[in-house]
Amino acid sequence: MSTTKKRLGALIVDDEDLARVVIRELLSPHPEIEILGECANGFEAVKTVADHKPDLIFLDVQMPKLTGFDVLELIGTDVPVIFVTAYDQYAMRAFDVHAVDYLLKPVGKERFEAALERAKSRLGEKMPAPQELAAAARPPQQFLERLVVKDGTKVTLIPVAKLDYAEAQDDYVALASQGKKHLKQQTIVGLEACLDPSAFVRIHRSYIVNLERVARIEPYGKDSRLAILADGTRLPVSRTGYARLKSLLDERK
Amino acid sequence: MHPFLKHSRFGLYLLAWIPLVAILIYVMGARGKMGWAESAGLVLPLCGIYAAVCLGAWYPVKGAPLDATPVQQLALTHLTAAAVLSLLWIQLAKGLAYVLSRVPEFVEIQEHLAPQLPILFGAGFLLYLLSVSYHYVIFSLEASHEAEARVMETSVLAREAELKALKAQVNPHFLFNSLNSISALTSVDPAKAREMCILLADFLRMTLGLGEKNVIPLGEELSLLDRFLAIEKVRFGARLKIEENIQEESRALLVPPLVLQPLVENAVVHGIANLPEGGCIKLSSQAQDGRLFLTVENSFDPESTATRRNGMGLVNVRRRLEGRYGSEATIQANAAEDHFRVELSLPAETGDASK
Repeated sequence: MSTTKKRLGALIVDDEDLARVVIRELLSPHPEIEILGECANGFEAVKTVADHKPDLIFLDVQMPKLTGFDVLELIGTDVPVIFVTAYDQYAMRAFDVHAVDYLLKPVGKERFEAALERAKSRLGEKMPAPQELAAAARPPQQFLERLVVKDGTKVTLIPVAKLDYAEAQDDYVALASQGKKHLKQQTIVGLEACLDPSAFVRIHRSYIVNLERVARIEPYGKDSRLAILADGTRLPVSRTGYARLKSLLDERK
Repeated sequence: MHPFLKHSRFGLYLLAWIPLVAILIYVMGARGKMGWAESAGLVLPLCGIYAAVCLGAWYPVKGAPLDATPVQQLALTHLTAAAVLSLLWIQLAKGLAYVLSRVPEFVEIQEHLAPQLPILFGAGFLLYLLSVSYHYVIFSLEASHEAEARVMETSVLAREAELKALKAQVNPHFLFNSLNSISALTSVDPAKAREMCILLADFLRMTLGLGEKNVIPLGEELSLLDRFLAIEKVRFGARLKIEENIQEESRALLVPPLVLQPLVENAVVHGIANLPEGGCIKLSSQAQDGRLFLTVENSFDPESTATRRNGMGLVNVRRRLEGRYGSEATIQANAAEDHFRVELSLPAETGDASK
């Protein structure tokens, strides 16, 4: 299989027409790059990535519904992404920390060329773990407001208030919300770090529960207990988990 | 300066002496051979002088503040001063008695005074210490008043600075995004790029100028918003729709500068920008029965979370309205289904905005 002179497929994702115009124009002197498509929002982007498998993505950070970080989380880490942002001190810091390339609007030609060269040289490299990147880009003391989950090409948004509990399943977490379970590729430790610790408690090695849903705690066995949720679900509570739960409930009184 | 001399406290100080003088006259007159007339004739002038002398207690009090001086030193300073002054005072009493003995009625006053001297000494000692305590009370009152005044002054300054800062905020996001739009337009539509530069320049100029003013005519605020929305319209294209319902008469009424701008900016940033298909921003103003009613309404994504909807803009406007109108102005924000609506009601002020 020959890879010489193979054109690289690029995808431009930005909710503003004019912002996409700039990137397209900056790409025009590069015959080796083929623009596979332009997307005006994150949902389109996730779908287009699945359909066209681009080699490079220009990704706006601030977009409606799904942000650039959400998109990265959903498309995985195999494709080099160049983030584009107008002004976001936390995002910029996160990019610096994780050595992800980014462009600041308005985008200048020289800076653009440098980013493009760098991206080409890094083709095939993995992007840093999207959750880590997103966590680093969150302003301090702010926690996730919603979770994004992809099932095939279908993207679901779960506001954290609607998350009942999360259960660790190997490399995944199962998110229980409104009677349904959604699988997401993330560790339970990683998820715990993104959630507001005054609303969500790690009650067990494998479980995080939404405090609002806990109806009562019952003793179970010698050293453990069961948390009974409002919908009747029974979750195991470890000894340390019970201590955490108790101190949190005491604080709320 | 001595605090008693600059306040009405001097009167109070003298008043406090009256019962003490009365007691001293009584004690001296009721005891031994001294008569009432002799006692009064001696004590009144003596105490008058001593009251003036005791004002001097201010200086050692100031030099030895209660919280910064060891107890031993405090006791030593004031007890010594009390003894010395009291000794001088009884010498003065003897002198006065000598002078009074020339008056026929008081011939025997010197003999009558001699056995009373220890009492007089004790009284002088105690009176001085009383004066010292009184000075300490006044001293700490002064200090706490001063501290209070300083706190007040600082908070007023901080508030002014805050209000000024609140007024002059231009969102960096807005600026960079606008510049990005201009940079795109330069090749696609140069004429539009120029128009956008001018809109942005106008907007910045108006915003900068407004920081100085306390009130502006509503019409001026609205024309600032026209620039702002025209710029955002270039950015968002068909996603941003605008409806205005402005009562003509209301344009002349006075409002604090940038009272609507943060709300409209919120409507764009937290409303329209979160909607892939965009939405509508509705602006309205109406004057009625001496009140000015303003509303900003926008479509928003009900799935976006509450914290993002209530940005700093609303807090900012509320604080500034409170600062200017107190309870005379109200601001209410309501989210209903897919609409977010902020209603302002303020007194309809007319007049010259330059004041």
